[in-house]
Amino acid sequence: MRVYLDNAATTPIRPEVLECYIDTLKLIGNPSSVHSSGQQVRQVLEEARESLAKSLDCDRSEVLFTSGGTESDNLAIKGIYWQRRDEDSIRNVVITAGTEHHGVIDPIEWLEAHEGAEVQLVPVNYDGELDLAWLAKYLEDNHSKVALISLMWANNETGVVTDIKAITTLANAFGIPVHTDAVAAFGHLPTSFKESGLAAMSISAHKLGGPVGIGALIVSRATKLVSIIHGGGQERGMRSGTMNAPAAKAFALASEIAVATLDHERARLAAIKGNMVEKAKTINASLVLTSEKTETLPNIAHFTLAGGSGDSLLFLLDQDGISVSTGSACQAGVNRPSHVLIAMGRTEDEAKGCLRITLGHESTEADIEALLTSLPKAIDATLRAGLSSQ
Amino acid sequence: MKVLAAMSGGVDSAVAAARAVEAGHEVVGVHLALSRMPGTLRTGSRGCCTIEDSMDAQRAANLIGIPYYVWDFSEKFKAEVVDDFISEYQSGRTPNPCMRCNERIKFAALLEKALALGFDAVCTGHYASLLTDEEGNLELHRSMALAKDQSYVLGVLTADQLKHSMFPIGHTASKDEIRAEAAARGLSVAAKPDSYDICFIPEGDTQDWLAERLGSTAGDIVDMDGNVLGNHQGAHGFTVGQRKGLQLGKPAADGRPRYVLAVDVNSNKVVVGPQQALAVVELSGDRFTWCGKPKDNAEEFFDAHVQVRAHGEQVPAKVAVVDGALVMRLEEPILGVAPGQTAVVYLGTRVLAQTTIDRTVSAVDAFSTGSASAGPIGQ
Repeated sequence: MRVYLDNAATTPIRPEVLECYIDTLKLIGNPSSVHSSGQQVRQVLEEARESLAKSLDCDRSEVLFTSGGTESDNLAIKGIYWQRRDEDSIRNVVITAGTEHHGVIDPIEWLEAHEGAEVQLVPVNYDGELDLAWLAKYLEDNHSKVALISLMWANNETGVVTDIKAITTLANAFGIPVHTDAVAAFGHLPTSFKESGLAAMSISAHKLGGPVGIGALIVSRATKLVSIIHGGGQERGMRSGTMNAPAAKAFALASEIAVATLDHERARLAAIKGNMVEKAKTINASLVLTSEKTETLPNIAHFTLAGGSGDSLLFLLDQDGISVSTGSACQAGVNRPSHVLIAMGRTEDEAKGCLRITLGHESTEADIEALLTSLPKAIDATLRAGLSSQ
Repeated sequence: MKVLAAMSGGVDSAVAAARAVEAGHEVVGVHLALSRMPGTLRTGSRGCCTIEDSMDAQRAANLIGIPYYVWDFSEKFKAEVVDDFISEYQSGRTPNPCMRCNERIKFAALLEKALALGFDAVCTGHYASLLTDEEGNLELHRSMALAKDQSYVLGVLTADQLKHSMFPIGHTASKDEIRAEAAARGLSVAAKPDSYDICFIPEGDTQDWLAERLGSTAGDIVDMDGNVLGNHQGAHGFTVGQRKGLQLGKPAADGRPRYVLAVDVNSNKVVVGPQQALAVVELSGDRFTWCGKPKDNAEEFFDAHVQVRAHGEQVPAKVAVVDGALVMRLEEPILGVAPGQTAVVYLGTRVLAQTTIDRTVSAVDAFSTGSASAGPIGQ
């Protein structure tokens, strides 16, 4: 049996979600069709929308189904940027941070390269915390130029949690919309959209026991945005293309379970994580927990290994049947220095020695026992191999 | 043995990995990421370094049924191979980057990392053979497929490195056989084109690529007596032995074509002359290594063969270590050898030693002066 400790990359689908997904796939009908077959599938879709709205504490009409987190991020960032800039051409500033996921950074860089956007990065400290005093000052001085702010609710590599309410309070004073990538946070933290003050929020199903290929962008009723995918006008005209009702239903069910078990799971995973961190710290002084003094998600533990390469560690643990990560999964599987750690002030060499352990709904103490059994030897060999490749 | 199969994404390394598995080894496939900004799709005749190549390697590993990883050697590759390539050209020399890569990356950085992580050997898809002599010493020999033989670029391997190397396709008669075997194994890379170009030069145009990095300063093209015959847009754009692209306008007095004899980057001059002036009769290098067991009595000249290009002919030579340098007296002159190139010494099919060429002796000088003093080339 393999030990799976890379739940921030993707989670195993929950058995009851899989069953529901397969059953719903058998239904015939396009939700946009007028006949009874179509209406039957439309009903499934709208029930899923209502269920998800309940899980997120938002209005049902605020839920736009997408293909996943990256599409949601693109729709929010480009859609709100174009909307706001078209309303007033002075608004071309997008505020974000260097620790964001590529799903956010890359569309913003694209806007900078192709649409005249000016990017402002909120400074990040060594522990991954945002400098909100900087943000307050920047908004005070430049609010009329700002098109939108996009800052993640929780970081997918380090687990660092952002005070979203503090950000929306600052921004809303000037009527500036805030988008958040809540892909890592949703299902692991209370994420009430209504109370957050957000304009838009990206979420994805496969990070909380649902299938890959379905996500959502939650857009507040007050927020206008320009569509980036054109066609049949589905999803309020914001996301054309035949709607994926079976995946939406599976997503809604996975979310419902995650929210219903949130308090219990948070406590359970925090205990497993705490135990692991305490023991891991004693293995080798070179292995250091990242953002120890900061609030992090209960399911993510991120370490750096000074003088070692993350890909050596990943390889050795994989050979022992343990799946971990060096950070965000990326193209062609190459371990590059993490841009998140670089943004947090680490050197390239420091940012190469990353180990990310992420827990999910199936994780147990036994998984951690297996990890802790393999880890000392793997760390020794990794340090012997050193940074020879670099 | 626990074997790391270096997989470029090409057919040779895929078949090599498959054969290592069949030989009973525990094999893990590793693709080396050598470029910091890999292209998405393969272009021209480069054989690695794009994401498509790493995907090809992964598919091959999946079909062979071995674990697969990508290891990033891009920084080391830039420092040891790419920057070295540029600085060698900057010094008017002609380097072989594939050789440098074998010396510093594949059988050094990769091998060291592999050994530290518990492997016993690195396996590659090079066409070369490892044999054992009567005393049990490992020897590197030419591949059975002489047309594809790559023993030259492996000449840098030392006895210790040979101990941890495997070349499973060296005993194959031809590349066609490798392709047929790959097809029979269902490997999708069976028909992938061969690679010839330098992997880190995307458009395959070395001169343009160098000009971008070294800049280009116009200078003179001169004859052997220093008379100015024309001008050039950057001395590093020329290699010894080059005939085309000189654009000298008027022909030589004897009407015969002229060749680049030397590239002098200090004076930014390109020296040209007749073909016979390209002929070199002696080579020597200070930085030499033995490939496997050193030759006994190497201070005395012995009969051997010397090869100076990856796909060049070998020529007979008398070879000896003289004052700490490897000296090769060629029995047949070689045309257009440039300092910086590698000379590999063979005893029969065995690779004995290699050196980067530091000095050459021109046949014209040797003839005219009757001595073996260094000629105008590569002083």
